[in-house]
Amino acid sequence: MGRGIEMEKTLKRTPLYSSHLALGARLTAFAGWEMPVTYTSIIEEHQAVRSRAGLFDVSHLARFQIRGKGAESFLQRLITTDVRRLVQGRCCYTLLCKEDGGIVDDMMLFRLGEDAFWLVSNAANRAKVWEWLNRWKSTVDQLSLQDISEETIMMAYQGPSTARHLDSLCGETCSLLPRFGCTQTKLERYEVLVARTGYTGEDGFEFVASSTDALPLWNLLLQMGAKPCGLGARDSLRLEAGLLLYGNDIDEGINPYQARLGRLVHLEKGDFVGHQALKTIKEAGIKQCLVGFEMIGRGIARSGHPILASDQEIGRVTSGGYAPSLRRSIGLGYVPTLYTASGTRFLVGVRGRPVEAQVTILPFYRPQAGGQG
Amino acid sequence: MNPQNFRYSKEHEWVGPVSNGVALIGITEYAEKELGDIVFLDLPPVGSQIQQYKKLGEVESVKAVSDICSPVSGVVLEINPSVMEHPELVNTEPYVGGWLLKVTLADLKELDNLMTAEEYEAWLTQVSTK
Repeated sequence: MGRGIEMEKTLKRTPLYSSHLALGARLTAFAGWEMPVTYTSIIEEHQAVRSRAGLFDVSHLARFQIRGKGAESFLQRLITTDVRRLVQGRCCYTLLCKEDGGIVDDMMLFRLGEDAFWLVSNAANRAKVWEWLNRWKSTVDQLSLQDISEETIMMAYQGPSTARHLDSLCGETCSLLPRFGCTQTKLERYEVLVARTGYTGEDGFEFVASSTDALPLWNLLLQMGAKPCGLGARDSLRLEAGLLLYGNDIDEGINPYQARLGRLVHLEKGDFVGHQALKTIKEAGIKQCLVGFEMIGRGIARSGHPILASDQEIGRVTSGGYAPSLRRSIGLGYVPTLYTASGTRFLVGVRGRPVEAQVTILPFYRPQAGGQG
Repeated sequence: MNPQNFRYSKEHEWVGPVSNGVALIGITEYAEKELGDIVFLDLPPVGSQIQQYKKLGEVESVKAVSDICSPVSGVVLEINPSVMEHPELVNTEPYVGGWLLKVTLADLKELDNLMTAEEYEAWLTQVSTK
């Protein structure tokens, strides 16, 4: 029961760092950043997002601007979804894959104009994605790439009350946005890019703004009654929503079909990096596949625990924990396709103790009827 | 506040008021705050032998799992049924409704190895400013 992680001097801090301290946040090292885990209680923050509104500093996420006449064809070459189907003012969840089909990163792609896109990718993959984009840059003319992670901040404002709250700050600009819609607007006098997206399974919005406006914007949203939320609740919310975490549930050794992200692989759009391999994988079929499960016996599955059947290790837990909205323990892991049907039982080795678990349908949690989830 | 009549271990467990060689065991407010929301407890069954400073079970919060080390040696007489059903009691009432085990102490002299409330609090200020 020690104090936890010693802070390294090299950890990066977001422009909201002082505000986090003032709010009494517990901080942790995450992907090279010193970020809040929780301000009061992970469960309280989790429930605030499910019932009202929570506010997260997600400035650690990597943000790239991709512009120019060559932007569309460049992206078409790299991502697995069909960028021509992404109209202006919309964003989508997409993947970068290696030549062998392994996932380089999962990300959100925003189309702000005919030739203007933003990519938001995982903090831990910032350098890798930047290198990957630059590696393929020479294949296209008239392209400008820019890493705007430092000069901007990003916040996630999540929960069923958020749309209504925002009406008082920007008219109906936000509440009229469709799910996965994005636009440039002002919250009071602060310029923001707003998208109706999130990583919680709840209705909500994400904002990108200039770093210089970080504090007033953060305070503005807190004044609307949002509860500040840390990475702890971000993780429990995304797990309940069945959303994957790069580095845990997916990595370069996993292909989209194994991760049940086959819907993001648009083979029909024509050639892209990984196309040939993914086509072959799809035709051959996969042997291991991601499943969601809930614990039947007493115990909490955690990342790295073995999944067992007939005294054999058949897979590993990649994410697991207590689900506050469901009041039970849930997890994600990879098992042979034979074990993926809902209701299938297996055991999870919880620190050496076998505990029974059962495959369930994903997502574990869906928002109440009327929500935009 | 840590109750004056309890004794405390460096692993942040407490042993409660002793009467007729029987006492309660729990984890301290400091430990409960460090762990955050407690969602699961794994405790030894009634009749188990426990040993001072040895692992007796596990406490799990939303984020992490931690060993519970016994502050005393003895035999488990009772497990707190409320805390098994509502582990969050450890957060809300670490010294009252959040007790974990009732035990028969094997050796009352072991209590002298533990800290008083005052000593524990002095020690905490050292640990937390390190």
